[in-house]
Amino acid sequence: MKPNPYRTERIAFTLLLISTVVIILPVFFIVFIIIQKGFSAISWEFLTSIPKMGMREGGIFPAIVGTLYLVLGTLIFALPLGVFSAIYLTEYAQDNLLTRLIKLAIINLAGVPSVVYGLFGLGIFVIFLKLGASILAGSLTLGVMVLPIIITTSKEALDSVPKSFREVSLSLGVSKWQTIRYSVLPHALPGILTGIILAISRAAGETAPILFTVAAFYLPKLPHSVFDQAMALPYHLYVISTQVPNVEVKIRYGTALVLMMIVLSLNLAAIILRSQFRKRKKW
Amino acid sequence: MIIIETQRLNFFYGNFHALKDITISISEKSITALIGPSGCGKSTFLKALNRMTDLIEGTKISGHILINRENVLDGKTDLVSLRKKVGMVFQRPNPFPLSVRENILFGPKIHQIVKPNEYESLIENSLRAVLLWNDLKDRLDANALKLSLEQQQRLCIARLLPVKPDVLLMDEPCSTLDPISTERIEELMRVLKENYTIIIVTHNMQQAARVSDDTGFMLLGELIEFGKTPNIFTNPRHQKTNDYVTGRFG
Ligand SMILES: Nc1ncnc2c1ncn2[C@@H]1O[C@H](COP(=O)(O)OP(=O)(O)O)[C@@H](O)[C@H]1O
Ligand SMILES: [Mg+2]
Repeated sequence: MKPNPYRTERIAFTLLLISTVVIILPVFFIVFIIIQKGFSAISWEFLTSIPKMGMREGGIFPAIVGTLYLVLGTLIFALPLGVFSAIYLTEYAQDNLLTRLIKLAIINLAGVPSVVYGLFGLGIFVIFLKLGASILAGSLTLGVMVLPIIITTSKEALDSVPKSFREVSLSLGVSKWQTIRYSVLPHALPGILTGIILAISRAAGETAPILFTVAAFYLPKLPHSVFDQAMALPYHLYVISTQVPNVEVKIRYGTALVLMMIVLSLNLAAIILRSQFRKRKKW
Repeated sequence: MIIIETQRLNFFYGNFHALKDITISISEKSITALIGPSGCGKSTFLKALNRMTDLIEGTKISGHILINRENVLDGKTDLVSLRKKVGMVFQRPNPFPLSVRENILFGPKIHQIVKPNEYESLIENSLRAVLLWNDLKDRLDANALKLSLEQQQRLCIARLLPVKPDVLLMDEPCSTLDPISTERIEELMRVLKENYTIIIVTHNMQQAARVSDDTGFMLLGELIEFGKTPNIFTNPRHQKTNDYVTGRFG
């Protein structure tokens, strides 16, 4: 039988379509179920008041605030450090053994399980540096965790800026740092923002790294300084789902919904920013 | 007046000897063409003049390069002012993906050599110098990548002018252009010669014959012959030059 190009085309198309649909199904169901079961919990009170009755009632305000602080703290540490070292690695480092070791280390760092980061943070920041379980220790731990993400994506973004931009700029008598500042970084920003988006999602969503370093089981007040413990949404969700009996389903799903909305809106902000940059710079 | 002089210039990529004892004198406000088969070291020679070769790891350079009588291979050479003085036009037109305006202002803004209220006249003068003003005066905010290749290459030349170079190095500037655009860029070079010293690398021997005052023929890293263009093309001293310019080269 001769192969029928129309039939194989149809089969290929169907197969590809099915694969794609299968991929979006879980996403769709996660969103659907969380909204369906959690939406009724969302109220002004739920968002702005502290948990009451052993977390069976009241709101999740301290956990929202805690998570926002942790995301912010993570970015304060990881963003400059990650972007700067990516710049160093792409623009300055010579290709030698040390550089290759560093790159290898970064790749491996990305593969370390998050609970290991938690133990690492406990050992280094909480105990050795005596920061105690605190927002500072938690942010540092999360910062170390997202560093490889930021470095890798920033490096890719910098690498994708055409070499000719650097050549032209240098040939105009522009110094190396000015070249990076004015003709490389602006074009790499969208890619760097992608890394930030991924970093935010991980920092906001991970439970294990904050478990021993910052997260409070129940702390019905807001943190006063970076040396205070704080509640955080992912850990709070874990607590009310497994540690506290008889928590209403809608409160659990409501908490998950809020966590998801926070991550999504932070991402959305970064995505909008990125598309603004993309619109301006094109090659 | 001699503006560029090299004496026994040698250049190595690792162990590969890419330039061998190049000694050459280039007069001010003239056009010098470098010809020779691919891989003979023409681009390397150009890039050595503004020390863009520094960007490549594992290279070695020796000898002298005197520009305005200053040895630019000196450890103390200020690369910023050297490269301002010796501008470079690349083979592929490579404007930044920014507006025409931003392309021209790129150098002067960073070097802060003009005040913001002089930007507009600077843009006009630079574009006029490359005969692009009439075409682009209404499109200064258009993305430079939307221009034709020829316009892009002209813009790349215009982009050099605000930093006030004395020398323009052009590495096969017309190799991506069609014959008509090529002719018009050659016309531009004759105009620019009034104010700038131009060194052009070209694959195209007719081009060298048409535009240049002096021509150098290179082969395997050596400068075989250097002299007045008409002499090189009609009456070369070396057999190899003769073979090359008559197209009998293998
Ligand atoms: N970055 C580099 N590393 C190693 N060798 C190079 C490099 N650039 C050029 N070469 C070699 O140097 C020689 C001269 O190259 P080039 O100056 O580009 O020649 P041309 O411009 O005359 O074609 C060629 O043999 C080329 O392979
Ligand atoms: Mg070349």
